Amino acid sequence: MTYLADVGALARKDLTLELRARDTLPAMLLFVLSILVVFHFVLPPESSDLAAKGLLWVGILFTALLGLTRAFAAEREDDAIDGLILATRDRSAIWLGKALAVFVFLALAELVALPAFALFFTDIGGGTIAGVVLADVGLCAVGTLLAAMATASRARELLLPLIFLPLAIPIVVGGVGASVGSHPATYAGFLALYDAIFALLAWASFDYVLTE
Amino acid sequence: MIRARGLEKRYGDRRILRGVEFDLTRGGLLVVTGPNGSGKTTLLRLCVGLATPTAGELAVEVERTRVGFLAHEPLLYRQLTALENLDLYGRLYRIPERRERIGMLLERFGLWDERHTRAASYSRGMLQRLALCRTLLHEPDLLVLDEPFSSLDDEGAALLDRELAERRDRAAFVVATHDPDRVLPLATAKLALG
Repeated sequence: MTYLADVGALARKDLTLELRARDTLPAMLLFVLSILVVFHFVLPPESSDLAAKGLLWVGILFTALLGLTRAFAAEREDDAIDGLILATRDRSAIWLGKALAVFVFLALAELVALPAFALFFTDIGGGTIAGVVLADVGLCAVGTLLAAMATASRARELLLPLIFLPLAIPIVVGGVGASVGSHPATYAGFLALYDAIFALLAWASFDYVLTE
Repeated sequence: MIRARGLEKRYGDRRILRGVEFDLTRGGLLVVTGPNGSGKTTLLRLCVGLATPTAGELAVEVERTRVGFLAHEPLLYRQLTALENLDLYGRLYRIPERRERIGMLLERFGLWDERHTRAASYSRGMLQRLALCRTLLHEPDLLVLDEPFSSLDDEGAALLDRELAERRDRAAFVVATHDPDRVLPLATAKLALG
């Protein structure tokens, strides 16, 4: 319970910081809406709904990347990450708290993006929504770990996409499959398996990532 | 509490520390001096576990969460108020009667009236006072202080003198400073780097 209390305190801190600074969520919202508008004009009118749903996943992936780029910005300022490292009994609580906050930001962006997608392109079914939720878990679990790794680098803005996008490919495969595939449940199961494995790996390795 | 033998730290080809040796027990105060770039901050980061030695032996017999570290930077969140910052650390350190302890420290360091002000609006001296509150919040067994008197006015420095003297028997101290005279009366050992 004390571990979860630490996670709750850290996630609440991130939500409070975002409410004050408003520098991540508005950017994510603006970005995902902009990219949907661009896709609306990029796709020829006779294009299939399948192509549109593929582009939805491009939008989700890059919106998540935008949020992850900012994930540890507050910790970089004034080296607050050092304070957290010293104060937490289990450093993985920092990862879980941060991943939860990023998940909330991404889910809020999608709450706007998905209806906008339905308006611009085509209806969204239950398979797509389930796929988005499962994909969000994986994107946030893996992305938060990689964002912490990239934070230590001076070229963090370059490094994060380079290490994140290859690891996100299975999520895109699962997400697109759940949206348009003939066996959405299979792809949803694949996403759930990815989430479980990579969340476990990220949780177990975060302490090592924070070690110099 | 801390035992260092032949301690060495390198970053790539650059050797920051070499052959550092010292012992520190409870009630001891080690003053670390040296010019800029001599490795004072690196040594402090090694002592608190934020860095690992390249060679040599460093035994710190204190749990990580029982260490109080005052760094160059305040290790605080600028968009949170003083109260919110200390409350976060109080929760993570699992301090019993957290609110009372935070209130007492803010009062003592003259920040009570500014407790609902965001740290971003604080002056450098106020930030240093708030960072000291964070450092002392959990009554650490080992206090590692990097230039603790920097940015403090006379009143703040006198306050810190008093805090160090009060905790003398309960904790061990490692203090890096360009102004060793300030802590020499309390010092039990001195380490000159560079």
